[in-house]
Amino acid sequence: MAAATANQSRKPFNFAKWAKSRKGQQALIIIGFSIIPLVLLFTFTYYPFAEMAKFSFYDRNYTKVRGFVGLKNYIDVFNRPDIFKSLFLSLYYMGGAVVQLALALYLATIFCFGVKGGNFFKGCMFFPYLINGIAIGFIFKFFYTRGFVFDTVLQWIGFDLEDLPFWLRDTSINNISLVGTSVWKYFGQNMVLFVGAMMSVDATLYEAADLDGANKWQQFKYIMLPSIKTIVMLNLIMAITGSLSAFEPPFVIMSGGGNGTATYFVKMHEVAHTSQKLGLASAMAIVLLLIIFVATILQKLFFKYVFKDAEDEDKGAAARREKKLAKSR
Amino acid sequence: MTVGEKVKKYLWIFIKYFSMVFFSFISLLPIVSCVITAFKTETEYQNTNVMTPPESWLNFSNFTEAFSRAHMGRAFLNSAIVVVVVVVGSVLIGSMIAYVLNRFKFPGNGLIRSLFLFATLLPGIAMQVSTYQLMYQIGFINHMYGYIILMMGTDVMSIYIFIQFFENISTSLDESAYMDGASYFTIFFRILFPLLKPAIVTCMILKGVGVYNEYYSANLYLVDQKLKTVAISLYTFTGPLGSKYNLICAGVIITLLPALIIFILFQKQIYSGLTAGAVKG
Repeated sequence: MAAATANQSRKPFNFAKWAKSRKGQQALIIIGFSIIPLVLLFTFTYYPFAEMAKFSFYDRNYTKVRGFVGLKNYIDVFNRPDIFKSLFLSLYYMGGAVVQLALALYLATIFCFGVKGGNFFKGCMFFPYLINGIAIGFIFKFFYTRGFVFDTVLQWIGFDLEDLPFWLRDTSINNISLVGTSVWKYFGQNMVLFVGAMMSVDATLYEAADLDGANKWQQFKYIMLPSIKTIVMLNLIMAITGSLSAFEPPFVIMSGGGNGTATYFVKMHEVAHTSQKLGLASAMAIVLLLIIFVATILQKLFFKYVFKDAEDEDKGAAARREKKLAKSR
Repeated sequence: MTVGEKVKKYLWIFIKYFSMVFFSFISLLPIVSCVITAFKTETEYQNTNVMTPPESWLNFSNFTEAFSRAHMGRAFLNSAIVVVVVVVGSVLIGSMIAYVLNRFKFPGNGLIRSLFLFATLLPGIAMQVSTYQLMYQIGFINHMYGYIILMMGTDVMSIYIFIQFFENISTSLDESAYMDGASYFTIFFRILFPLLKPAIVTCMILKGVGVYNEYYSANLYLVDQKLKTVAISLYTFTGPLGSKYNLICAGVIITLLPALIIFILFQKQIYSGLTAGAVKG
């Protein structure tokens, strides 16, 4: 556009001519191709975001504004025990995320060493990722019902039904049951990501390592782990920020978070759509966003630090290995 | 090989296959138990354990009943319309913006990239409070086009996949076509778009499955029974039908089938697409 106005000031602007020039063509294609995505992005992401920031200072429902209340909504977020408590539930989901990543890493390693029928096993573990949320809700309501699937399987391996808790009703265990469903859905997907990263390593490296007499653990430590460090860290970051916004398991399995399973997002959904307190719900969203931003920045810094550190260590280890080799010769 | 080494080797093989079988079993158990229950008659369901196989694997009455009770014929039609339009729209929009961002240096290029990147950090459900208000104001609630446009507007993943793919297509191709007198429009649609085919297939599958499974917005914005998609048609089974698990399981299995078929046919593309989408950071 800047080019267009510059042209105009010099001589009478000929649009047809300009549109045929290389600059003109570029400008037209840039504007033509990016206008729709940008309009959509602003309409459905940035406009609602700005509105939400504004709502958070008002007392209002969907149709009526009752007035400007300043920071009252924000104070309420921290003063209402039910809301503040729901934030702590994300600790369960963080724990689940760590288990999920560890499991994914373990299984991905096994896949990379070669398994007969590996594609079949991989498919089995990955498929839960493709099931829709509502179906998962029904599947696990059924799965955890007293005397049903989970209890039956536990009875097969020797547990007594009398000793088993009510998986979804007992408040001391139901959050763990729910986190379990989230691990069930996502560990296969994480594993596929890790396998993808591991497979990008040149296969001859493994052969060479094998010939040099490196055992499986050494191969894992010196070839696989460095190649997937970035993707593991990225997933860890996403898993932790994701656990702050855990939503699906309590929403679909507990039909909206009964029995003390309402996570922060579920609570927010309830505040917005059941009690219609739009201001408070918006304040909750903004608080969570701030927490996520701070967490992301901290993790990025930590990531940088650890990453640098790990590389230094690798160099040191390499030097030590060289020394050892030199000695043994 | 010494005895110790042999023991180690077999132990490793045992651990390897035990892990595989164990975790595959865990992944399949909830689904398989559903399949078993879906084939049971009402009395059978009430009198046998959930893990006991059904008397007949050909008892499809639950499936037909679930299908008609949840109006799934209509729901499949709705889902098909939504998936096709959204997928075609996202592929076009995503590849066009990716082309512009990858091929041209212009002021604002970096800014647009950052805007899309930042958008991924905003959790969608948190924003629903004000998105709902917006949809209400512009009259998009209870209209299929409203839901379709919303779904197209919030897609960043395919933009990343396309940008990555463009990076691997040499710009000399564009350059020589331009010298031959092709316009940028022609270059994009005649030369580059066909080359994007693998990325397009990946995006179509990932986006298609994602849209097919989407339930949160669908439930908020498609209230009318005639507009319900497959994912939310399952809500029929809450309330009075909530304990008829032979019926519910049949409904669940019906909704899984399309995803399962797509998965079996396009496993490779799904895996590679996920890996490509994940390294965007």
